[in-house]
Amino acid sequence: MSPVTVIRNARHWKTGATMDLAFERATILATAPAAAEVVLDAKGAVLAPGLVDLHVHLREPGQGSRETIESGTAAAAAGGFTAVACMPNTEPVIDNIAWVEWVRARARAVGRCRVHPIAAVTIGQKGERLTEALALRQAGAVALSDDGRPIEFAAMMRHALDYARHAGLPIVCHEEDVSLRGDGHMNEGYTASRLGIRAIPAAAESVMVRRDVELAALTGGRVHFAHLSCAASFDGLRDAKRRGLAVSGETCPHYWTLTDEAVAERGTHAKMNPPLRSERDRLATIEAIADGTIDCLATDHAPHTEDDKRQPFEMAPFGIVGLETALALTLTGLVRPGHVSLARALELWTEAPRRMFDLPPVKLEGGFPADLVLIDPVAEWTVDPVAFRSKGRSTPFAGMRLTGRVLATVCDGTFTHLDPGLAVARVGADSGAVGATR
Amino acid sequence: MQPTQHAYAPAPPGAGPFSSRPATRHLLGLEGLRRESLIAILDDAERDLTRLSTDRSPTDELRLATVVIAMFEDSTRTRVSFQIAAKRLGATVSTFSSHGLSLSKGETLRDTLRIFEANGADVIVVRHSSPGAPAYLAEQVDSAVVNAGDGTHEHPTQGLLDLMTLRQAWGGRFDGRRIAIVGDVAHSRVARSAIFGLSTVGVAVTLAGPATLMPAEVERLGCTVAGSVDEAMDGADAVMALRIQRERMEAGLLPSLSEYTRVWGIDATRVRRMKADAVVLHPGPVNRGVELAPDVADGERSVILDQVANGVAVRCAVLRHCAGTPRAEGSGTSRSGRRAGGPAREAA
Repeated sequence: MSPVTVIRNARHWKTGATMDLAFERATILATAPAAAEVVLDAKGAVLAPGLVDLHVHLREPGQGSRETIESGTAAAAAGGFTAVACMPNTEPVIDNIAWVEWVRARARAVGRCRVHPIAAVTIGQKGERLTEALALRQAGAVALSDDGRPIEFAAMMRHALDYARHAGLPIVCHEEDVSLRGDGHMNEGYTASRLGIRAIPAAAESVMVRRDVELAALTGGRVHFAHLSCAASFDGLRDAKRRGLAVSGETCPHYWTLTDEAVAERGTHAKMNPPLRSERDRLATIEAIADGTIDCLATDHAPHTEDDKRQPFEMAPFGIVGLETALALTLTGLVRPGHVSLARALELWTEAPRRMFDLPPVKLEGGFPADLVLIDPVAEWTVDPVAFRSKGRSTPFAGMRLTGRVLATVCDGTFTHLDPGLAVARVGADSGAVGATR
Repeated sequence: MQPTQHAYAPAPPGAGPFSSRPATRHLLGLEGLRRESLIAILDDAERDLTRLSTDRSPTDELRLATVVIAMFEDSTRTRVSFQIAAKRLGATVSTFSSHGLSLSKGETLRDTLRIFEANGADVIVVRHSSPGAPAYLAEQVDSAVVNAGDGTHEHPTQGLLDLMTLRQAWGGRFDGRRIAIVGDVAHSRVARSAIFGLSTVGVAVTLAGPATLMPAEVERLGCTVAGSVDEAMDGADAVMALRIQRERMEAGLLPSLSEYTRVWGIDATRVRRMKADAVVLHPGPVNRGVELAPDVADGERSVILDQVANGVAVRCAVLRHCAGTPRAEGSGTSRSGRRAGGPAREAA
């Protein structure tokens, strides 16, 4: 008999009811037994299905100095995530079944959460030849994306959307008109003008949102907009939904927390693409989340080496880490001010992303996989990048005081993260599951 | 939630190019400098100008100082001006030029700069195409850093010489004066430093130029944007014409130089729109017959050559300030002990 773990005195993420939850091996039990080998007292902390991040750069294959599947999934576990979808802009690009299978195998071997590969839309993300969408799906790809390299030619995007329908895969669109972006490095506006940094207008994103809405209408293809950042893009998504098109969109914590003014004090740690926008766009981000225009949240976790980020602004690459601050930024910036309820916020990190990519559902009920997160929604902590599990340390939130802490993460029945302050009672010798690495 | 409500801890080392505002030893930009500091540098520069006009022999004020002039971007005028200024003060001067990608492969900018520091540079004068590069450098090394132009950000010594030239032309006072700045503001570090410096000393700044060359929300820098050059120059006390680069046509920002000249070029007729004692400035080199008509560039209102002469004086004042030997303490003062445990530096 394998050990049974019970989490006692937890608060159900949706109903708020006090509950006990037990799991054995990788599966949640229908009822919690009176006695168990491992007992964890949640002391009223919130229990929810494990978080899912649909937009993560794990940097493998090929860019292990920035992040590895091992370090990136460890960061995910620390952030409360039990599944991530990883982007294919690696070296080489994940554009064939061999690399999809390699990522999955590597994740099974060293990962601390489930890893769902996203494959490229075009070979080498060059925007020229389609990848084998059907084979990629069979190999385990959950979506297609040329993230980081927008598909410039409308005809190519049209063909990709048409063809991806056969595989039933969404195309995740990094929306950016490269001619409008030009040599830009931050949002166009007062701060860029003041610092003399070449700028990117918000329209570089929103014109491509509008284009791909029309292509979704033309093809009936499934479009998911990655990391939307500006008011005009949310308007585009809103209009498309009104028309009943198969489109969805995500946004990221930095877009509702900061504006481009953060560049002046945080430098390259506030450099990502799409860039931080204006205060009007920040407020529009919150509105789009609150009114349901935004379907789910994602981090766009994009680690870089310290040397790469420690350069003059325009010379440094785009990208910040996000897995270990995402939940707290959600609670701090969305829940605490009352823009959305705790349940809705968690839905945007759990059920909603699972639905987007058709991942197996997780409910706090018997028979479902034991993918769980235990959250203290009021605990305060200070962001210290040195403590990150990610190899990436570049974040604009260093030193920021945030509300909401991940106490424990369980993935596939194994504790992948456990706050040191948590009281765990082990009965008998066979309790190695707690704190064990997978 | 306002982002500013968060209690930020101090940024980690190397956090970003713009996180530290000019410290006393650095001159990274004119933005944020107080009026008194600007005036003090100008006053110091006037004394240098007076002395240089009669005595060109070097002083020994920076006898113990090493000045490295690091040009990561092509520069002749500014480099020469800094070299002459440093030599007039008796400093040891070394000039490094590296354009574009000619840094050795794998060597970062930071590595290169630390070499200068290890060579004993007290002051590093740096020009770089990347905005914020001098501020970045100031965080990486212990030397004092002078920004000699960083991309489209600032060119503070140019801004100071513009202030000095205007103060001379205006009989020593800035109050109540207004300047028109005309042309490619978006790509101009000269314009940014001028806007920051002039608005600090109380000069009103009016911009005019093609919409394709005007930065977004530029009014928030402390200036107004006029609908036309004529409007900007009407009753002004000075005009500064900015250089037009031919690349702007290739980038699709301008149709032609001839149209630019017709619409935004400054000719004698437009100069007459300004006040009787108004002057014409240009950071150089002038595209004659494009942004300035030749008779205006060479005319009696032109103070372009005064700008060049003032440039050496301003750079003397800045180097003295940044090397830590204010004139009041007398010449030859070393800054021993600034860097604890650092190598003892012999006289140059």
